[in-house]
Amino acid sequence: MIDDRILKDHNLTRDEYKLILKLVGREPNLTELGIFSVMWSEHCGYKSSRVHLKKLPTKGPAVIQGPGENAGVLDIGDGLAVVFKIESHNHPSFIEPYQGAATGVGGILRDIFTMGARPVAVMDSLRFGPPDQPLNRAIMEGVVSGIAGYGNSFGVPTVGGEASFDAGYAQNPLVNVFCLGLVRKDKIFYAKSEGVGNAVLYVGAKTGRDGIHGATMASAEFGKETEHKRPNVQVGDPFKEKLLLEACLEVMDRDLIIGIQDMGAAGLTCSTSEMAAKSGMGMDVDLDLVPQREAGMTPYEIMLSESQERMLMVARPETVAEVQAIFAKWDLDAVVIGKVVDGGRLKVRFHGEEVIDLPVDAIVNLCPALRRPLVKPKPAKAAGKGAPVPLPESFGKAFLKLLASPTIADKEWIFRQYDHMVQTNTAFLPGADAAVLRLKGSRRALAASLDGNSLHARLDPRTGGAAAVAEACRNLACVGARPIGVTNCLNFGNPEKPEVMGQFEAVVEGMAEACKAFAIPVTGGNVSFYNDTEGASINPTPVLGVVGVIDDVDKAVRPGFNAAGDVIVLLGETKDEVGGSEYLKVIHGREDVPAPRLDLNAEKKVQALCLDAIGLGLLQSAHDLSEGGLAVALAESCFHGLKGLGCVVDLEAGLRPDAMIFGESHSRIVVSVRPADLDRLLDLARERKAPAAAIGKVYGESIVVGLAGRKLVDVPVREAFKAWKNAVPDLFKIHA
Amino acid sequence: MKLGVVVFPGSNCDADTLYALGGVLGQEAVYLWHKDHDLKGVDGVVLPGGFAHGDYLRSGAIAKFSPLMREVGEHAARGGLVLGICNGFQVLLELGLLPGAMLRNKNLKFLCQYVTLRVENEKTAFSHLARKGQVLRMPIAHFDGNYYAPPEVLDEIERNGQVVLRYADAQGRLTEEANVNGSLRAIAGLVNKAGNVMGLMPHPERAVEALLGGTDGRVILESMIRGRAR
Repeated sequence: MIDDRILKDHNLTRDEYKLILKLVGREPNLTELGIFSVMWSEHCGYKSSRVHLKKLPTKGPAVIQGPGENAGVLDIGDGLAVVFKIESHNHPSFIEPYQGAATGVGGILRDIFTMGARPVAVMDSLRFGPPDQPLNRAIMEGVVSGIAGYGNSFGVPTVGGEASFDAGYAQNPLVNVFCLGLVRKDKIFYAKSEGVGNAVLYVGAKTGRDGIHGATMASAEFGKETEHKRPNVQVGDPFKEKLLLEACLEVMDRDLIIGIQDMGAAGLTCSTSEMAAKSGMGMDVDLDLVPQREAGMTPYEIMLSESQERMLMVARPETVAEVQAIFAKWDLDAVVIGKVVDGGRLKVRFHGEEVIDLPVDAIVNLCPALRRPLVKPKPAKAAGKGAPVPLPESFGKAFLKLLASPTIADKEWIFRQYDHMVQTNTAFLPGADAAVLRLKGSRRALAASLDGNSLHARLDPRTGGAAAVAEACRNLACVGARPIGVTNCLNFGNPEKPEVMGQFEAVVEGMAEACKAFAIPVTGGNVSFYNDTEGASINPTPVLGVVGVIDDVDKAVRPGFNAAGDVIVLLGETKDEVGGSEYLKVIHGREDVPAPRLDLNAEKKVQALCLDAIGLGLLQSAHDLSEGGLAVALAESCFHGLKGLGCVVDLEAGLRPDAMIFGESHSRIVVSVRPADLDRLLDLARERKAPAAAIGKVYGESIVVGLAGRKLVDVPVREAFKAWKNAVPDLFKIHA
Repeated sequence: MKLGVVVFPGSNCDADTLYALGGVLGQEAVYLWHKDHDLKGVDGVVLPGGFAHGDYLRSGAIAKFSPLMREVGEHAARGGLVLGICNGFQVLLELGLLPGAMLRNKNLKFLCQYVTLRVENEKTAFSHLARKGQVLRMPIAHFDGNYYAPPEVLDEIERNGQVVLRYADAQGRLTEEANVNGSLRAIAGLVNKAGNVMGLMPHPERAVEALLGGTDGRVILESMIRGRAR
């Protein structure tokens, strides 16, 4: 008998249950209820987000596959396509940081190679609580080693990403993993199950009791009892995943299968019902045939297990033996557990009895979309209405403090734990504005960037959503790549709170507007709600992953200054904005001043100018301005460039000095050019109607920034470098 | 020269190594499946980087039981060239084709970064294109690269000139900082007594194209391709 307590345990409401009764035509048994519970969870069913996500543009000439499959696919020409997606693994990474993060990598890798693509790059966007607190450090250490442990062994390079820190993530770290794969256009595979009588094959690792209700767990708030959910976190085996990759690609290369789906969230339940539903078919499955790691598992446990490194395939009966031979070569199970049937029902037998008989359409497609109540976000108080912001006592000291702030400081401590060079395509090492991967046998290259600023998104969700898209595209422009598509991971609090839904709607609308402005389709993504602990929500955190193409990899530009005497030019306009900045947060402890505004037209002009200038070979370096503003961007250009080289910059007075030096106005790029190329760049800027001003030159051994001749920052490169370089490693030395 | 790249199930630098030898350096290069008993008539064998069998046990500990290792051992005994890179080096240690063992890196973290190496012995089949004392820049990517051997073994391999590469700074000086993984005597690469089997932790196959940041790895691979030191 299904009562309210059972419904609550399954995160289902009375109304949802009524609908289930109607769709099923009888009272479901507990296993069937479990199936609805995971498939109608926020994680799988997108019930709160669906009505809003419809606003995102998903079409474009290059789109081969938009949202709705394991990952999006874009045509890049030459018979090749890229497959990419981002996924969150936030909740598991808090409960068990190493395995939570590791299986986050494993899950997204499978999403990519399920489509027939070999994963060629991983990037991750991480958010932690302040690292001066031991628990946050322990989480960070676990997460980073988990990502490393899985990706390094599997053999995919982790080529970049971002990490930032805020008190709001202390009980709720974010682990968003992006993966990019490469596939020949005629070898793309989908979650199809065509053909009555075709075999349903279970391949990969055996099923255990791990991860049961992982998807449901990710769809509820955290409280004190979360500790007990540790068994919900799966355990990863990257070696097995590597075997699975090679076996799957071999089977696909020989065209031995019809369709394939990864067993990720909701495991066997999701893969069987989705594959059947996508082709309008049904499936008969016998659970006694499922390879099991433990004795005595119930149908409920087998159907809901989220054991890792498993796939479901559909193949014609005559090819099954060949498929099995390939899997045997890689020491993996490949077992026929059922067949494709007509009638659109999922029928599951266990010990000779039918334990599930459900319409797949109801499970997969009829999860009710909610129009949750929402409150439109109020923008932060207009400038000047809050308490006034004083100028820093010393710009030089503020500069050094900013460089040592963990969000800005060097992240080598993280990325040197990742094998970022395996597969020998990594043209730019981590730390550049965007990851750049050469394509073997081609002049062209791929670029990718992850971005999202949660403070901006809290202060002004709509602009924050748009700015995340704009900044990710700007990062691509800095290396010389045109954006071709975007995936997104939307991390928010509890959607039952009207304020959270209001933020969500606004962020999505902002993203939609920016994607339309850049004419880039959204090919998929992931929504992570319920990032709340004991009632407190995280800042809204949209993370955008943009993929781009570089036509000539030899023309790609790095962020570092290369030669003394080169002229430093600032592209874009600096406004009187200090709000939402790392400077305000770190130096003044203020997070209440409105975030910078964004003019998408101006943004597009600046990016077009940068791309054109790179195409003409005019730029020696290019670096996006983000956290820490101009001063930090100049410093990073020094650190990434020829060792020890400094710069001298003098700005025209007019705005607040701290806005000019540390403010985070959007749509700005700092570039360097040979003196002989300066006029051509400035002419090009006039032609493109984008602001550009020569502000200084690469020179000496100090970073000098002045205002109308008055030096405000004058710090030796060596000293600045030390502050930036040592900040993160020093945190971990405390207990070493 | 025909070269074979051994593929263990968890090898993940096999394709990179084949590409470097074949695609970049223009040699005939083929994969050798670890379950076979066939060296396909190659002149030289390369054991590539990766996690041969997942390395949940000691790195390379299970790989030594792969069927093909019998042929690799026989090839080495005949004086044939065998190069083990990173995980391949660990496998050679487990096979006993090279002396010593690998411990976890001294900072207990996986390390992926460029290192600089000093050429100690320029007369081996794997280093004869280098000058003695030359500094080579190559990437490393490993968790267990902290070379260990008992003192008497260390003394012996030093006496025999078996140490080919040591971690050093950009000027070729041996410093604690340059010895990133804590290897005894800063050993990064060594040969067997006969000089036909070499293992090294750095990845020469990752350093053969300027586009990816450097070409010093060619010194090792091209030395092997051109054959024995003369």
